[in-house]
Amino acid sequence: MTALPSDSVGIVVPQHVAFDSPLSLTCGAVLDRHELVYETYGTLNAERSNAVLVCHALSGHHHAAGYHHESDRKPGWWETCIGPGKPMDTNRFFIVSLNNLGGCHGSTGPGSVNPETGQVFGPDFPAITVRDWVRSQVMLADHLGIEQWAAVVGGSLGGMQALQWSIDFPERVRHVVAIACAPRLSAQNIAFNEIARQAIYSDPCFHGGRYAEHGVAPTQGLMLARMVGHVTYQSDDGLREKFGREVASGDLEFARDVQFQVESYLHYQGRSFSQRFDANTYLLMTRALDYFDPAQEYGDDLAAAFARSQASYLLVSFTTDWRFSSERSRELVDALVRARRNVSHADIDAPYGHDAFLLPIARYMDVFGAYMDRVGSEASA
Amino acid sequence: MNPAPTTLREDLRLIAELVPEGARVLDLGCGTGDLLAWLQQHRQVNGYGLEIDHDKITACIDRGVNVIERNIDEDLSEFDTDSFDLVVMTETLQAVRQPARVLDEMLRIAPEGIVTFPNFGHWRCRLHLATRGRMPVANHLPHSWYDTPNIHLCTFADFEALCAERGLRITRRLVVDANYRPNNVINRWSNLFGSIAIYGLARAAAPGRSS
Repeated sequence: MTALPSDSVGIVVPQHVAFDSPLSLTCGAVLDRHELVYETYGTLNAERSNAVLVCHALSGHHHAAGYHHESDRKPGWWETCIGPGKPMDTNRFFIVSLNNLGGCHGSTGPGSVNPETGQVFGPDFPAITVRDWVRSQVMLADHLGIEQWAAVVGGSLGGMQALQWSIDFPERVRHVVAIACAPRLSAQNIAFNEIARQAIYSDPCFHGGRYAEHGVAPTQGLMLARMVGHVTYQSDDGLREKFGREVASGDLEFARDVQFQVESYLHYQGRSFSQRFDANTYLLMTRALDYFDPAQEYGDDLAAAFARSQASYLLVSFTTDWRFSSERSRELVDALVRARRNVSHADIDAPYGHDAFLLPIARYMDVFGAYMDRVGSEASA
Repeated sequence: MNPAPTTLREDLRLIAELVPEGARVLDLGCGTGDLLAWLQQHRQVNGYGLEIDHDKITACIDRGVNVIERNIDEDLSEFDTDSFDLVVMTETLQAVRQPARVLDEMLRIAPEGIVTFPNFGHWRCRLHLATRGRMPVANHLPHSWYDTPNIHLCTFADFEALCAERGLRITRRLVVDANYRPNNVINRWSNLFGSIAIYGLARAAAPGRSS
């Protein structure tokens, strides 16, 4: 007997694939072989027309839905949107979710052994761009026999991968769903990422990224990095609603050893993240986020970047998201209209900041569900 | 998935007849996307609707109509000049904050526009105001004055005066009753008997040139 929720995909088993063909990276380096870990939910139909690729964000991984064990406390990171009857309905779609190249959850990354040296890559792992991720995801699509995705879906950095797919492989994507996304990061956004990186660099245990060789990890730096990130992914109202000025410990009256609830919450979030995430991967992923700018090679003309695309687009933004604001989605809409692509945009009123894209907000689920419903009807037509 | 309607509301059908095959169409206040769905299916247009009503946005997405959540009063400046063939605005003019500015923007974004709106000069409105001294509530204007979305009601004569003032050319006018049917009485005394008008608009010809 299982006690797992009936709208969950249930127990899932991660799979591994190793690619022996070389992958040329944007930075000029070549990875002779690499491995990806991924999960799939639902069933690929005979026409192979119902496949959906889920791309993860900064700290995500392949485990997007379901449970690994019956005793798991938490399901995958996008359980709200993947499962029977959910927007990405596993009764209709075959959903593929992977850990990106450079990750720290089983795919080849800074924690893997460099075959040339026999040592862990560490800081020597090549810089990775969103475009590189898409190329490695193409190898996964080929491995799975998926010629064309019904949709490529992602939030935040995941949305950027979905956009890049439609630009680089226009014939292989029918729909793009980019949630809480942006055409490129603003200076303010890059600044926050740099603070996070400096927090990691300045940890005495960082050792220039060779912490594994020293048998330590820069957990303090990673914790700080996550705390900065975490605050910026929430809204002022959201934090007020959740914590206000509630005190966790100490004596407010005598201003002695006071710890506010929001502090202990941040400590907890930072600490637990620093125990499960790799610092070099965090650096690599924030860099990929900073570098993303598909318009750059088209003379900063975003519409020109989408000129060859054949996909239809759904963009969703959230009113209190100030890291990837609604305005950034509107920029994408304007470029897509100029490029004569099909595009719809909904701006969801929710108090949860950037993290809203992970939450079951009623209107968000309606819009996302309605769009995927249409994607599904086309896939089975 | 809702298919495109096979029968279109009468006013939308009249508009649809004016839209050429394959046109690029922007629909301001597109509602549930009836017009665009029909045009996509029957005229192969590349169309986008702007809407702010949440349920209507979802309805558009559900039937495969491009819909953009955007306020007509605030956000038209992002659309390039001459980036569309036609801008349509059905029964929305009276609900916008700055009708004159919206009309200017329509005819900037596209060389042609179609506008429909209810006539406040209809004899029932006039009679209501004259005999009762209260703001009219009628079939085509069903709201009380204090909770109406219609904040800029006008008569056909008012609208035509505005067009003249803004240098907008009226290329056609079709006046119908509340059931979107034309008749002879309406044609004769339209500002008194017409309920709804469908106006075709274009930019005034540049001076010294004829078109």
